[in-house]
Parts: sequence; structure tokens; C-alpha cells
Amino acid sequence: MSTIAMGHAGTEAAPAEKKGLWSWITTVDHKRIGILYGVTAFLFFLIGGLEALLIRWQLGAPDKTFLSPEAYNQLFTMHGTTMIFLGVMPLSAMFFNYFIPLQIGARDVAFPRLNAYSYWVFLFGGLVLNASFLFNAAPDMGWFAYANLTSKQFSPGLNVDFWIIGLQILGIASLAAAVNFFVTIINLRAPGMKMMRMPMFVWMSLITQVLLLLAFPIITVALVLLMLDRNFGTHFFVPSGGGDPVLWQHLFWLFGHPEVYILILPAFGVVSEILPVFSRKPLFGYAAMVFSGCFIAFLGFGVWSHHMFSTGMGPMADTVFSLGTMLIAIPTGVKIFNWIGTVWGGSIQYKTPMYFALGFVAMFIIGGLSGVMHASPPADLQQTDSYFIVAHFHYVLFGGSIFALTAGAYYWFPKMTGRMLSESLGKVHFWLMFLGFNLTFAPMHILGLNGMPRRVYTYSAGMGFEFWNAIETAGSLVLGFSFLVFIWNILRSLKAGEVAPADPWHGATLEWSIPSPPQEWNFAVEPTVDGRDPLWEERRAKGGTLPEPERVSGAGIHLPSPSYWPIVTAFGTAMTLVGFLMHVTLWVILAGLAITMLGIFSWAFEPADH
Amino acid sequence: MAHDTAHAMHPPTATGLDTRKLAIWTFIGSECLFFATLISNYLVYKGQSLVGPLPHETSQCMLHGQMATCEPIFEIPLVTFGTAVLLFSSFFVVLALNGAQKGNRKQLIGWLSATVLCGLFFVGMQVYEFYHFFHKGLGYTTNLFGSSFYTLTGFHGTHVTLGVIWLATVLVLAIRGKLPPEKALNLEIAALYWHFVDVVWIVIFPVVYLMR
Repeated sequence: MSTIAMGHAGTEAAPAEKKGLWSWITTVDHKRIGILYGVTAFLFFLIGGLEALLIRWQLGAPDKTFLSPEAYNQLFTMHGTTMIFLGVMPLSAMFFNYFIPLQIGARDVAFPRLNAYSYWVFLFGGLVLNASFLFNAAPDMGWFAYANLTSKQFSPGLNVDFWIIGLQILGIASLAAAVNFFVTIINLRAPGMKMMRMPMFVWMSLITQVLLLLAFPIITVALVLLMLDRNFGTHFFVPSGGGDPVLWQHLFWLFGHPEVYILILPAFGVVSEILPVFSRKPLFGYAAMVFSGCFIAFLGFGVWSHHMFSTGMGPMADTVFSLGTMLIAIPTGVKIFNWIGTVWGGSIQYKTPMYFALGFVAMFIIGGLSGVMHASPPADLQQTDSYFIVAHFHYVLFGGSIFALTAGAYYWFPKMTGRMLSESLGKVHFWLMFLGFNLTFAPMHILGLNGMPRRVYTYSAGMGFEFWNAIETAGSLVLGFSFLVFIWNILRSLKAGEVAPADPWHGATLEWSIPSPPQEWNFAVEPTVDGRDPLWEERRAKGGTLPEPERVSGAGIHLPSPSYWPIVTAFGTAMTLVGFLMHVTLWVILAGLAITMLGIFSWAFEPADH
Repeated sequence: MAHDTAHAMHPPTATGLDTRKLAIWTFIGSECLFFATLISNYLVYKGQSLVGPLPHETSQCMLHGQMATCEPIFEIPLVTFGTAVLLFSSFFVVLALNGAQKGNRKQLIGWLSATVLCGLFFVGMQVYEFYHFFHKGLGYTTNLFGSSFYTLTGFHGTHVTLGVIWLATVLVLAIRGKLPPEKALNLEIAALYWHFVDVVWIVIFPVVYLMR
């Protein structure tokens, strides 16, 4: 155990700056792990986007043969799975990693090596899932993998198995990270940072971790049962053996509905950081924001069956789940009014992050409204499995999560890299994305209500679907192009962007009190917090301006040592599970277990700091 | 065991709770949902098996390729004894922890050994039980009862096995004199996990073996 190191100048040398590939492989620094998450997730996000563009190209005109039905099935399944598990979740994890410790005034997360382990397991999980393309066996049964489409009888290939094993690996990464962030937020807050003084992003992250902790064990079991059905001859979801395919739907959506809040709550948090800063006003209704977040998460566990109205659960279940679902509109509405209340009467700064944050509020309202529509079972029976649903969840996931995460990227990029992004390119990006997004997804409402089914690889001429599909495909190209602008902006800025000061936006939270990018130990002196907007309070006390913080020597500061055991253990974990891909490959499983055990024991007994 | 020190840089923690202790509690909270799902799965398929053997009733079943009458599978006395052994092990690990905190090596090593032996006995009992049930006609894929029973108790048994490995590791540390009172937390965390595994069994035992 190390002794207290805060502000203690010893004779030890300052931690040397670390460079090179090996330093990234062995890093346990939450900021570097955050960047690893961000870069990896963005690459997976681009793959998922490419899959979407192929889907849109196929649907651009009737009776196209650009994609075979088989390829189309694989693409929409991988698009959904990728965007959820390899795009939005790890992009949120990038911000958890980088900014939770900074916002609560901590030196790192509670378990730095466990944090590295989470990242490596996530990376291996993503690679396993995408490796299915190499075997021409990408998952092709839809991202919710309904039984009994997934049984050996109807899906004899490895497609479903890749999905099961990939998700199982990714689940381990999410659970390990969730334990870590939960403990970090509860236990590592700087002196004075009471729960009700935490930045809203930290609050929403905390609630997300609780959802992860409670929802992922359910899908873990469901995936195990499915694997047993496919490879070991059980009949959990196979009717011929007495099993019930609808049980899969219950287990999946018991996980799946909390999952949608796992995707959106971090976005709520990001936007709740940005709107106050660029309105120059504290967040309106802080406590109401916290409690509505908690209420959304709580209700989120009680509404899973609204995904299952068409299974015929009976009037009682339909009514209860319908009412519960509509109830969620109340805390969500509270949040939206509070965001509007925050901006109302503010001194609005029209910067790129603000554009995306305001875009988020508008797009999310549209997605929320269509969501309330299919909370009603009779309406849902008309809308389910149609493009109306596709429109709805893209308005909340793209218009919601992705707009907010992009806002976060523009907001925090200067802190993470020490460079400013170009405002003009940022605004071009925004308008292209806003236009492209609405052209792509708004017409889907109309097509869905006119009866166009989702997940069908083409449509015939003369059904009245041609015009809007052509518009959507054109919109998707604009949307794709907007991300090229974004990438150009990032690359340009990394090379020759304006150097960012510590606090380019007049931020309110602790991450803006330290140099950009932060030094490895974050805070040379542990901060003390007296209120919800510590930096604004300090600025007011000091007459309006704060001096630029200086980069200091880290002499005497204890930091966790780099370690390669996390990546070794992660490799063992992934290998063990891959052993179950084709029934049982015993040597793979045993070797994987041996590597995992070696990793865990070496990890547990290595000295953790220098 | 683990020496993660980030928490040591922030003494005292914001809550006053030790970070590793909070982490194991968080993990246990998550594990509750894991077992809740497995137990629900067992209950959903209770009485849904298309053929025998069944837990509490005599039934028609396939035995050696022909229809036969199968005896009820469960034999309560053995599993009751195993349950008692597992419960006592929870008590023993508390005594061992008390020894570790007081610096009483004899008490620590004695009771921790007893805990590990109890855990081994329980796993052994389960292996015997599986073997015995299999010979009574209940294969893994025979019916929904067999599949859901073996999956639930198998995952519990895996947790017990991991707990035994963990406690045995701490025992080796204790024997080598590497578990002084200031490091008693290393045992306490393993013990918390052990208690959890016990508590899960306290749910499984009545729900699976006793409830008809």
C-alpha cells in the first residue's frame, strides 16, 4: 500500500513521459485508456456506418440486386449490433474513462488495471464479432436474435455462434468497467464533492453503471442458454422439447430495454454539461434532473414487454406495460423542459458543441414522441416491424445518442488533445449531419405507416416506396459525407490546430482547472469543492478571470505502474470463450483458462505502483 | 491479494468505505441478477418437462433406450447435509477472519483450512450427486428439468469452486505468514464472496429441492 502522495514532494523522480506502442499496451492511465476506447469505437462506428450505407444503396431503388438477401441480413444485423455494442457504448465509455475521474477530482479510476482489462476485452470482443465476416458467417438473424430463428435447425452456420460469443466477451468488458466506474464515483470524489454536487455527466454515468450491473447478467444467462441449445442439445427455446421461444424475448428485452437507457443516459449527461456552459447559466433544476434520471432507470426495468406486444400477452400485461412505458415520458419530459429552462434567457454562445447539443434536444423530442405512439398496443401492432420503428429508434439513438456524443467530442476535444477543433468546419459538419440525418430518417415515418416492412432486402416497383427511399439514400450519403468532414477536422486540428488553453469554453467543472491535455496525475494538488459549479464559483471569487494553470513536475506523486497482465488476462478471457464457438474446442478453452489464471495471479501479486 | 493503490491515494475515501470492499459488494449485487435469471429459468420450466425423470414424482422415462418407470430424482438427506456443511463453512470463515484481524495465526489457519475443506466437500457432494442423478436416468438434455437443474446448480458449483481456489490462495498466504492483521481485508473480501455463494445456495436449496 502506498502512503498519501497528494502534494507531498519527495525525493523520487518525476514519472517519465511514456511513448511508443508498448506504453499504450501496458497503460493503466484512465486518460490513455479513454483515448484507446475512443479511437477503437470510432473505427467500429465507421464500419457500422459503412454497413448502413450498403443497406441504403440496396434500398435506393426498387428490385435492386446490389446485395443478396443473405448479405443484406448479415449487414442489418451487424449494423445494429456494431452500433450498439461497438459504437455508442464504447464511445460513452471513452467519456466515462477520460472525464469521470477529472470531474470528481480524482487521480485515476478505482482500479486502473481492471480498467485496462475492460478495454482489451472490449477490443477482443469486437474483433471476434467482426471476424465472422472472414468466415462469411456474419450474424444474420437481427440484433435481437429471436428464437427459434436462432436454433440449429434454422441457423445451422456459425453466424449465430459468432454473435453469442462476441456479445458474451463484450459483456464481460462492460461488467468489469461498470464495477470500476461505480466504485470510482462513489468512493473517489474529492473533498467537498457531495453526491448532490456531482456534475450531471457523472450522475448520469453513475446511473448507467447501475443499469449495466443489473442488466448484463441477464443477457449473459440468456446467451449461455442459447449456446447450450445450439451446441449442447438442450431445449430451453426449442418447442419440440417443451421449451418456450417467447422466454428468449423476455430475457432479451429484460436486458434490452435497460440497454437503451445505457445508450441514452450518458448522452443526457453530456448535453447537461454543455447547455449550461454555453448558456452561461447553471443547469436548471439540478435535483429534478438527478431524480428523473433515477426514475427513468427504475422504470426502464419494468417496461421490457412493450417490445413484445405482438406476441399476444393478453390485455392485462399489455395494459400494464403500456402504462409503464407512457409513464417514462414524464421524467424524460422533465429533463427536456429543464434543458430548455437552462438555455432560456441565457447568454448563448453559438459554438459547435452547442449546435450539436441543441440539435440533440430537438431530434430527441421527435424520437421520444414517436416512442410514446407505439407505447399504445393497438398503434404498436400497426407499427411494429415497419420502417416507422426504424425511424423512431434512429431518432433516439442517432438524433439522441450520436448527436450528444458528437457534441461531447467537440466540447472535450481541446481537453483531450490540447488542440482546438475548427469552428467553421464544425458548423459545416453540424449542418451536413443535421440535414443528412433528417433526410435519411424522417421519410421512414411515412414509409413505415404506408406499410414498408423493415429487414426485407428489397421492394417491388409500384408500391409507392420509390420516392422516399431515393430521398433516404441521398440523405444517407450526405450523412456519411458529414463524418468525412469531422475526420478531416480532427486530423487537421491534431496537426496544426490552435493550441487549446486549459479552459477554452469558460467551463464550470474541475476538468477545466488543469492544463490541456492534463498531466498524467491529473491534479497536482487535490481539489476541494464547495458547490455544483466549482470553477465558476472560483472565478467569481477571483474577480472574473483565472490564471492559466502551469504544468508542474510530478516528483513524489505515486502513480499506478504500467502492467501487461491486463492484456494477457483479457486475451485468456476471450480465448476461453472462443473455445465455445464450435461446440467445445477443449485445447482452446484449457489454454484460455490457463492464460487467464496466470494473468489473474500475476496481476494480484505484482506491485501496483512505483 | 490485489494491491490496487488508487484508493490509497485518496484516504479517507469519500464514503469511508474501503474501495475494494465496495467493489466486491458491487460485484455481488450484479451476481444477484445472474442467479436470479438462472433461478427464474428453472422455475419457468418447473413442471414443463415432456418426459421423466422428475424431481419429486415417479414418472415415465427413457432408460437404456426403452420406456421405463423412473424414481423421483431428489434425495433430500444428502443435499441437506451438504447444505449444512456449506452453511457452517460461512461460520468458519468468520472465525478465520477474526483470527486474521487479531493476528492469531493458529485460529486463522485452522478455521480457514476448515472452510476450504467444507467447500471441497460441497463440490464433491455435487459431483457425486450429478453422477448419481445421471445414472438414475437424468441426463443433461433428457428434459427441461435436467437442463435447467444442471445449468443452475452447475453454475453455482462453479462459483463454489472459484471460491475454494480463492480461499486456498489466501490460506497459502496465511501459512507463509503473508497475512498480517493489516492485510486481513484480503481475507475479508474473499469471505464476502464466500458468504454470497452460500446465500445463493440458501435460495436454491428450498426453491429447487424442497418446493414441490
